[in-house]
Amino acid sequence: MSELVSHQHRGISLHRINAMVLRYWYLLMSSWPRLLELVYWPALQIITWGFLQTYISQTSGFFAKAGGSLIGAVILWDILFRGQLGFSISFLEEMWARNLGNLMMSPLKPIEFLLSLMIMSLIRLAIGIVPMTLLALFFFGFNFYAIGVPLIAFFCNLIFTSWSVGVFASGLVLRNGLGAESIVWTLMFAVMPLACIYYPVDVLPVWLQYVAWALPPTYVFEGMRALLIDHVFRADLMIDALVINAILFAASFAIFLALLRSAKRHGSLLSGGE
Amino acid sequence: MNGQMQQSETGQGHPPAAEVPASAADLSGSAAIDVAHLVKVYKTTRAVDDISFRIARGSITGLLGGNGAGKTTTIAMIMGLVLPTSGRVQVLGAKIPEQSYDVLGRMNFESPYVDMPMRLTVRQNLTIFGRLYAVKHLRERIDQLATDLDLKDFLDRANGKLSAGQKTRVALAKALINQPELLLLDEPTASLDPDTADWVRQHLETYRKSHNATILLASHNMLEVERLCDRVIIMKRGKIEDDDSPDRIMARYNRDTLEEVFLDVARGRLREGAT
Repeated sequence: MSELVSHQHRGISLHRINAMVLRYWYLLMSSWPRLLELVYWPALQIITWGFLQTYISQTSGFFAKAGGSLIGAVILWDILFRGQLGFSISFLEEMWARNLGNLMMSPLKPIEFLLSLMIMSLIRLAIGIVPMTLLALFFFGFNFYAIGVPLIAFFCNLIFTSWSVGVFASGLVLRNGLGAESIVWTLMFAVMPLACIYYPVDVLPVWLQYVAWALPPTYVFEGMRALLIDHVFRADLMIDALVINAILFAASFAIFLALLRSAKRHGSLLSGGE
Repeated sequence: MNGQMQQSETGQGHPPAAEVPASAADLSGSAAIDVAHLVKVYKTTRAVDDISFRIARGSITGLLGGNGAGKTTTIAMIMGLVLPTSGRVQVLGAKIPEQSYDVLGRMNFESPYVDMPMRLTVRQNLTIFGRLYAVKHLRERIDQLATDLDLKDFLDRANGKLSAGQKTRVALAKALINQPELLLLDEPTASLDPDTADWVRQHLETYRKSHNATILLASHNMLEVERLCDRVIIMKRGKIEDDDSPDRIMARYNRDTLEEVFLDVARGRLREGAT
């Protein structure tokens, strides 16, 4: 071993995770369209839904009482969706740059790669969501942070789900190349109707409710409504969501490793294209 | 040098590398690369078909062959980017892919199939790869590479704004960032003008000598292989067609250049050409 190199190749290395985060940070800072994209859509979302909430509150007694449940749902949905996109887009950047081979041939381990993508999803999320919440506060008087401690439980559960979906979607792209890129952009929308973002679970047919309760975000959105409408924090829902999230994350990581192995078997890492 | 690792003096093709008489270096198990009965099948195509060879530490070996000969797949299996259908690969004493993380920090590669991130500057790219490889005194190392590979003028320019020749030098700097014991190069001078290509070859030779590094390179450039390599493995349709020093191969085929040998092999004139 060259004396130039530290013996850091066993275990998980914070040094290598840090290197990857730095790589994405350099990229973000070098590209104003990438930065703008992070803020632009969440801002549009909150303004549109904020005015809708204002209008409905004026015409419906229920929504007037439900103080900001629509805006809250929009922000939480964006945490879920943007969290996954923040993860997956950083992964796609490697595919677009044809840099994956360099990374796979370096001492960077898959788990370190995924951890760096998770950190980047948090950074990208912060850049998009913080302005969104400030807009909600100043335009519509909805203080997202007033949710307090339950917000941490909501956030943790949503971000874990977003990472699980991100890991799974990235594995599919790794295996199938950029031809599968559209999955990254659309996969989370499959969750949307079942996660009951804007309506309670009991609106769904009974058989579909079983499916809905298999998804961690459903617990979060039910929990949010319980908090905003009934002023009750349902810790039981958050714990249930956490358990499902743990299973979901372990499964998606295992699938990612299987897809990586399959990509190596089929030579997809060399082509990376369609 | 290469004669230590393979003897192919029959003049009738060559014996499989697994049967090659082993030198003292082989017996000590110190081959940089040890490939045995390697097979890669993609659906119905046998991209690599039962090849075996060992490469001595400190040598430069050229992997020659036409398009689809199996060179890139072979190198990719040595790197662990492609899993073999069967057979065994050992690199610097570690089984690939099972123990690849034990040795990935001691090797590096350059290939036209990968790029460095385009929006990042050369310095940023080298910083990131230096950190991934846990290079100590990274700033000094980057400065040294910038001097050695003449990168100073564009060290703070985005990689995407460089010429093909500049990009190749940057890719080479990335490949050398960790002072690898084993360097795998796929077409290292493709798309370079003759002057830059010659300069890169000189640098590789110097690096090998000064660090006793092992280099395996796949190339279509016969002059490059003739000049750089002390051993040549010629592949055709996934199999090894010949394996010896450039001089001995040319003598065996009764040809003056490797290019003529390559054409003989590619056009199936192996037997007529062989003495």
